[in-house]
Amino acid sequence: MRYAYFPGCSLDKNAAAYDQSFKAVIRILAQELVELDDWNCCGASEYFSLSPLPAYALVARNLALMPTDLDDVVAPCSMCYINLYKTDHNMGLYPQLNADVNEALAEARMSYKPGSIRVRHALDILVNDVGYEAIQSHVKQPLKGLRLAPYYGCLIVRPDHGFDNPEYPMSLDRLLETLGATVVDFPLKASCCGGHMPQISPESAYSLIHEIVATAANRGADAIVTVCPMCHLNIDMYQNQANRHVGTNYSMPILYFTQMMGLAFGLSSEDMGFGQELVSAEPVLRKLASPPEEEAKSARPRPDKRALPMPRMP
Amino acid sequence: MTQETGTISFYDQVAAAPGGERLRLCLQCGTCGGSCPSGPDMDHTPREIFALIMADKKAEVLRSNTFWYCVSCYYCTVRCPQQIPITDIMYRLKYLAIAAKQYTAEAKDWSETFVGQVETYGRSFELGVATQYYLTHRPMGALRMGPMALGMLTRGRMPLRPTRIKGAPYLRAILRKAKEIAQQRDLETGVAV
Repeated sequence: MRYAYFPGCSLDKNAAAYDQSFKAVIRILAQELVELDDWNCCGASEYFSLSPLPAYALVARNLALMPTDLDDVVAPCSMCYINLYKTDHNMGLYPQLNADVNEALAEARMSYKPGSIRVRHALDILVNDVGYEAIQSHVKQPLKGLRLAPYYGCLIVRPDHGFDNPEYPMSLDRLLETLGATVVDFPLKASCCGGHMPQISPESAYSLIHEIVATAANRGADAIVTVCPMCHLNIDMYQNQANRHVGTNYSMPILYFTQMMGLAFGLSSEDMGFGQELVSAEPVLRKLASPPEEEAKSARPRPDKRALPMPRMP
Repeated sequence: MTQETGTISFYDQVAAAPGGERLRLCLQCGTCGGSCPSGPDMDHTPREIFALIMADKKAEVLRSNTFWYCVSCYYCTVRCPQQIPITDIMYRLKYLAIAAKQYTAEAKDWSETFVGQVETYGRSFELGVATQYYLTHRPMGALRMGPMALGMLTRGRMPLRPTRIKGAPYLRAILRKAKEIAQQRDLETGVAV
């Protein structure tokens, strides 16, 4: 299928590893991305708090750039995804907002009719359009022996976009299993990474980051796997600060799910952007190169001879 | 409810947010505060804020740090038994606090610095935002950020120059018009400007 592609500022810059791995995976799965021409920033969470109407107009310019022959726009960044989704949704719901936004767009001879585009997240199209079976058929090097903590964050599952559960999503869990990895049960999978809090109230952010890293480590994860550049930035870049704040010494790499897909499809770690992370993912690659011996399945335990006999049904 | 600006109560100013019409359905159950990752840092939980809004305590609400600590995770929104879009109401309260010139400087300034770059270039420019914000507001913070910024630079994750979109002048025209309309709507809803 052909999708319009909205990379967003993060994938253009600090999350280049996400961009290059997503594009590589899409190519292998025989899908096509058409990047929106001259797209602009979605305003992240900053513009909506300062002035909502310009914020909606800023996002709507991107929706108005959509080629007429395409129905779906895909955004890999959770923040871009929710802003595009929310703008389309609220313009459809509130006629006054719709009229105001279109009046502003008219200044550049643009317009947008709400409901004419479906806004999709990268994870959504991969698991629901391409599907687990098709993905599995491309797995050349299963991620055997790797223990991964699936981390969805907030914005792809909440408020409720309908493609996974807002409290306990499972699509990324299943995807990582399809790639051959061992998925740890990760209770904080949909918790908040702190968003822009490292800038505003660092201590609050550090405790949220610490919780996520510590929980993944306690569950024996080799890495956290994310779908969002903001979560990646907070957990990768501020992990040391969080360590210092709490007095811990974790070194928990965080990787994009598309990087893991690429590895499983047999692509090189270099092409998947490994090495760009601050908390090194080298141990993950080493473990993948020489997986630990599989533990021999212990034989079924025999009942103790001195034990009372099992009751029998008459 | 007492009338502060013209005939429009504080409650109605808050409820003017998309979905804000459901605010009157608040049951005071406290699920929002209990679900909030920033709850411990807030001087009032969202539930208390809603009670204060109902009681028309405008100054106390706008002085609160509650909405500035909102991380926009939407847990409260999906768990609210009355389906009040609490996160969007937090955005609305930030807006009203800025209009009334009552705000926590850091959060507002971070947002303004970020938005300023977006309005100029059409894209966000991390190095520019970080430098401008930390040097003017947190010089000590800038020292702490140094090693991390260096790590990002050496890994090619933080470009030194901003990207400017071709349609930047058109984008600015759109935003200028949107601000004009927003001012008009503020007059209609009685928001202090």
